[in-house]
Amino acid sequence: MSIFEYNGSAVVAMVGKNCFAIASDRRLGVQLQTVATDFQRVFKIHDKLYIGLSGLATDAQTLYQRLVFRHKLYQLREERDMKPQTFASLVSALLYEKRFGPYFCQPVIAGLGEDNEPFICTMDCLGAKELAKDFVVSGTASESLYGACESMYKPNMEPEELFETISQALQSSVDRDCLSGWGGYVLLVTPTEVQERVIKGRMD
Amino acid sequence: MGDSQYSFSLTTFSPSGKLVQIEHALTAVGSGQTSLGIKAANGVVIATEKKLPSILVDETSVQKIQSLTPNIGVVYSGMGPDFRVLVRKSRKQAQQYYRLYKETIPVTQLVRETAAVMQEFTQSGGVRPFGVSLLIAGYDDNGPQLYQVDPSGSYFSWKASAMGKNVSNAKTFLEKRYTEDMELDDAIHTAILTLKEGYEGQISANNIEIGVIRSDREFKVLTPAEIKDFLEEVE
Repeated sequence: MSIFEYNGSAVVAMVGKNCFAIASDRRLGVQLQTVATDFQRVFKIHDKLYIGLSGLATDAQTLYQRLVFRHKLYQLREERDMKPQTFASLVSALLYEKRFGPYFCQPVIAGLGEDNEPFICTMDCLGAKELAKDFVVSGTASESLYGACESMYKPNMEPEELFETISQALQSSVDRDCLSGWGGYVLLVTPTEVQERVIKGRMD
Repeated sequence: MGDSQYSFSLTTFSPSGKLVQIEHALTAVGSGQTSLGIKAANGVVIATEKKLPSILVDETSVQKIQSLTPNIGVVYSGMGPDFRVLVRKSRKQAQQYYRLYKETIPVTQLVRETAAVMQEFTQSGGVRPFGVSLLIAGYDDNGPQLYQVDPSGSYFSWKASAMGKNVSNAKTFLEKRYTEDMELDDAIHTAILTLKEGYEGQISANNIEIGVIRSDREFKVLTPAEIKDFLEEVE
């Protein structure tokens, strides 16, 4: 079994019209045994920038701490928040620094940039960026997420419809995956507000 | 040496609270060739005189204005070799920033990093302060910018400034001529006139250097032919 599948995870981000959503499951397992059902995989960098970290939970937390540290230093130095593209490059550089002993995480980055332009991207554990205009997925449920997103996604969705779509895609995908699930966590980010929702699914 | 008993170590304060080695570095700058910079509404110009020790020196081989990144240029007054060291370090810093963020370094950040290097050389063992002051001109998302960095590591943002020989005359001249809404071509003329004012002898396209950055964010060092055109406009 791959170390990426040790804890189980599902992370997805989608772009709508001037908004984006990022969602994850809430399960923390040790192989097939569920340990916690309130695990956070989506983290805030600043008001309009979020990162979801699938893969090994311990590395996700460590990586998050390092990223917050780097972003805070950047804020102090440059007196501004990081643009999503800039942040993605930073994550990529930090991951590649550990080329031969990587963090076992596959990040999903989503943010609103200048003029509230949505930006999403994902990368592998070595920092190879993959940019997308519509949606990105990662985690043990990524294969089923691809399928769900490809059939449910429409361009230019309004925030409410985007929330519904990403929640349905997440739920139906984790039901096809033994290692992720146990409810979901969805963040809906528009230029003016951020909505945070915890959704219930099959809790078994 | 022998100016005072505190000149033996550059990291020792004199009783009056000064670091005399830094004062000496500033003296080196003050006796260097004049450089100046003007920030215009739509760009920045930096200029310097290029006096050579002998007419036998090939003037095309001397480049006192250098670019640090495509959108940031720099000129110095003081010691040429020290300047090259700083240029090399600054360029490296700019590239490291680009490697990390895939974004060109903002002018303020490059100035800060360069100033940090200069500060370090006032406090480390086995080194001496840099005998140069820099004028850094750049154009980024925050618009046109002009900074001066001194050997002590302190830095200032200027609308127009001069350094080297004849600073006070040049600065007075700039104070008279500077206006907030100055266009870049105007600023270039003013730069040439200011250099001319303090120049011992006749200025020509070959014994001054001019660097310009406009809103296209491409720093360019003017060729002698281009300088000649501006000189003719000034006449």
